[in-house]
Amino acid sequence: MSAATLYGLCGAALVGLGLYGLLVNPQPLRKILSFNLVGSGVFLLFGVVARRGAALGMGGDPVPQALVITGIVVAFSATALAVALLLRLHDATGSATLAAPEPGAPPAA
Amino acid sequence: MIMAMLLDGSLVLLILVVAVWTVAVHDSFAAVVGYTVYGLLLALAWVRLAAVDAALTEAAIGGGLTGVLLIRAAVRLRRTEAVSRAETPGPLFRAMAALVAASIAAALAVVVLSLPEPGPTLAPYVAQHIATTGLGNAVTAVLLSFRAIDTLLEAVVLIFALIAVWTLTPERFWGGLPGPKYETDPNGMLAYLARLLPPIGIVVAVYVLWVGADLPGGKFQAGTLLAAMWLLAIMAGLTEAPPISSRWLRGMLVAGTVVFLVIGFAGVPLAGAFLAYPEGYAKPLIIAIEAASMASIAFTLALLVLGPPERSDRR
Amino acid sequence: MSALPNAIPALTTAGGFLLVLALMLPLVGVLLALVLGGRNARRVVFVTLPLGLALAVAIAVEALQTGHPLVYLLGGWAPPLGVALRADGLSVVMLLTTAAIILAVAIYARDDFSTPAGASEARAPLLFWALLLAVWGSLNVIFLAGDLFTLYVALELLTFAGVPLVSLDGRPETLQAALRYLLYALIGSVLYMLGAVLLYGAYGTLDIALLAQRVRPEPATVAAAALMTVGLLAKTALFPLHLWLPPAHAGAPAAASAVLSALVVKGSWFLVVRLWFDVMPGVVTLPAAQLLGALGAAAIVVGSVVALRQERLKLLVAYSTMAQIGYLFLMFPLAFDTAGNGPVHGAALSGGLLQVVSHATAKAGMFMAAGLIYAALGHDRIADLAGVARAMPVTVLAFALAGLALMGVVPSGAYLAKKLMLDAADGSGQWWWMIVLQGGAVFTAGYVVLVLVSVLRRRSGPLPLVKRVSRLAEFAALVLAMSSLLLALAALGPVPGDLVSSPLAPKELGTLLAVFLGGALLALGLSHRPLLGAARVATGAHGGPLRRAAVAVGGAFELADLLVRRWQFASLGLLTLVVLVGGLLVIGR
Repeated sequence: MSAATLYGLCGAALVGLGLYGLLVNPQPLRKILSFNLVGSGVFLLFGVVARRGAALGMGGDPVPQALVITGIVVAFSATALAVALLLRLHDATGSATLAAPEPGAPPAA
Repeated sequence: MIMAMLLDGSLVLLILVVAVWTVAVHDSFAAVVGYTVYGLLLALAWVRLAAVDAALTEAAIGGGLTGVLLIRAAVRLRRTEAVSRAETPGPLFRAMAALVAASIAAALAVVVLSLPEPGPTLAPYVAQHIATTGLGNAVTAVLLSFRAIDTLLEAVVLIFALIAVWTLTPERFWGGLPGPKYETDPNGMLAYLARLLPPIGIVVAVYVLWVGADLPGGKFQAGTLLAAMWLLAIMAGLTEAPPISSRWLRGMLVAGTVVFLVIGFAGVPLAGAFLAYPEGYAKPLIIAIEAASMASIAFTLALLVLGPPERSDRR
Repeated sequence: MSALPNAIPALTTAGGFLLVLALMLPLVGVLLALVLGGRNARRVVFVTLPLGLALAVAIAVEALQTGHPLVYLLGGWAPPLGVALRADGLSVVMLLTTAAIILAVAIYARDDFSTPAGASEARAPLLFWALLLAVWGSLNVIFLAGDLFTLYVALELLTFAGVPLVSLDGRPETLQAALRYLLYALIGSVLYMLGAVLLYGAYGTLDIALLAQRVRPEPATVAAAALMTVGLLAKTALFPLHLWLPPAHAGAPAAASAVLSALVVKGSWFLVVRLWFDVMPGVVTLPAAQLLGALGAAAIVVGSVVALRQERLKLLVAYSTMAQIGYLFLMFPLAFDTAGNGPVHGAALSGGLLQVVSHATAKAGMFMAAGLIYAALGHDRIADLAGVARAMPVTVLAFALAGLALMGVVPSGAYLAKKLMLDAADGSGQWWWMIVLQGGAVFTAGYVVLVLVSVLRRRSGPLPLVKRVSRLAEFAALVLAMSSLLLALAALGPVPGDLVSSPLAPKELGTLLAVFLGGALLALGLSHRPLLGAARVATGAHGGPLRRAAVAVGGAFELADLLVRRWQFASLGLLTLVVLVGGLLVIGR
């Protein structure tokens, strides 16, 4: 098994772990954390694909590596927005939960 | 050969252990700390995969800035821990979740093993055309020449995210100062570091930007460094973020994208296509875009970490 | 609608630069609105929107004249190294619809989001106009980009533009709705990204046209198809992944709801169509398509029944959106032929596209009308809408016409879409979808009748109006509703004329009557409060055993919907669906 494949399996495991965390952890902050775990696993898989595309003196296919950089920045901005939303929800209601409101609770505008 | 396998094996093992701990540990703050460690370990994995640009970005943004963001949040949400923990699902649900997550992971593993090695690659295309960009760093060439649209749109993503964060401003604080007021001991360690590190950080950032043309580096990493230095100064109480209504600040936020668009549209008459560079001028134009973008990225990332305004501008 | 030709010219076509302009115009608008700030944000919107509409028309004319898709190579680099923009028939129609609806919404919201006098800048107005341009720009990227990674960035752009619209007024319920929307949408994007990674690992490119040539059914492609499809379904809120939609669309300000329901959810739907019809037609199987159709049928039934049970108008319209999204997925099984080959670019695809455009225009008009009623009355309780028809005739007309358009009355776009899809069902021998198509109209009629009966009720005293609504806003809603109702006439060019019969033909009148009666029966039986008689009587404790049974059934549906919309259920369901779709893609081979 090559090093790239080993990291690929690691990436697959990270995706599974993150998805489990998304389902099971009730705190929204932990869900955001798990989302980042999944995202980093996906990027790791992309890096493995890049490594397997090594050719002509380049250590890896530069296109996936470039896309990973873009992806990391996008994932960070998503995290920042989610955290800001969560903190604002906490400031406004005193609680931080995704639990569904009771039936009949009116969101109307 | 054996040493390399041992190194990779132990790194993967360490990454997985920290990841499992991050998901399983009860306290959210501990999980966040675990995630920061995980981010830094992942950066090492990127180095082993010969993707140094990605390693730098992961260490800076994935581990560093995301860590700062999450630690701030974990501290503020500490009081809700007990209530949230009561919502933890029962063993049946956890078993089903584990089953489904494991099957997806297993399917992915099968796919990873089935994908061709050595795989299909665009490296020959890049090698063939990189001379037109005048750059030595293939990743920078992809980001700013071959797939420039993705980089342009990604700058727009950052701006949209900031607009979205600003939507969360309480009505009375609109146009005010982002983030809380930080006050620390002016003779303490934090203030000392905040005076010492930023000048060094700025020099390193400019170097990372400049060298990114031919070696690993570039505007994202450089911009993150600058953002971190500015955040350090703000959190030590040495300086304040400008109010979000400031015209100058908004101009800086969009400067990188504007420069990118101007040069991109200039490519239509001069080089025949939007986002194309006229022959021989590619490298200086790319450096110009990178420099302007570095400044915008620095401001945007720092403001994303600080969050929506929490104080009104008294001026 | 034109199919992608087999040999894509790897060259920029004439008029391709229009695609770049269409892409960049809204994004430049956002930057300008942000920097100039204050009152200038709205001015920027009203300058860029007509320009954008003109661009969309120019692109449409160019595509019609040349007869093949417009292509533009960004930076002059051809795929696989570079990224191409492509506009085929599907893109062109969506570009036009988006520009038109956003213009109508802007006109509608002109006064709602004006900066108050004396303030140099206000939060909600500045951000609304910026976000409106942002949604428009993101959608244009989705319709035009020809590369799967660029489309991922576009999906994130759309999410970041849509989520803040939900919590624009800052109320706590909307904040929670926005957070659930964001987290669920992010899971969807990350699954999509994972699929794209696998596709690159197998084929070395993410360009849509190149992938179409290289894709073969193998583990990587099957996994990618399952992951990307289900990820996009989560963003489109197809049952049972709709947990975020009702509170988000009902909680947003009316103009924002119109944009969210009409356009934002269509972005991810568009990508499912691209993937199934253009990238991986040889990989997706009929059983997997049947699953999509089944979920769509379930959405129609559950959504319509729960809509009937609502006490508030905006929630009713939001559940109506959830139901109508189900229609958009009936086209997938219908695009396969009797031998199980497909999906092909045929009647089903045209029907689906027509359905999207009719729903977008009608739903936007409906939300606008609901918003006007709320603004005028200060509330939107369905039980207390007596006298509204008399006080606000234009608004109620808009709502009624939008409802008729959704029901598929001749000559609405939905009617023609239904005819096209019935045609496809007949051709492929899938008779069960014919039942769903015909029956769906009855369910839609149910909640339309409910609202109409409420507003047409006579009121004893004068109606206490909190505010006079702008005539311009009423007319914007009316124009959209009418355009949906008359859409079949406009679509007659590319479609065989004999499919649209006269509205006064006995067959059509008979069908209309049957649909109305069926809807009225549903409304009578299932709605929370009795349809006729005193509006204030409490629910089904009174009334005969039949009524009690019907109310119990309705209650069961509502309870089931609440259960499905809990985070645990919905997230487990999401992942289970990935495995299920993957399985059906393998077995169906």
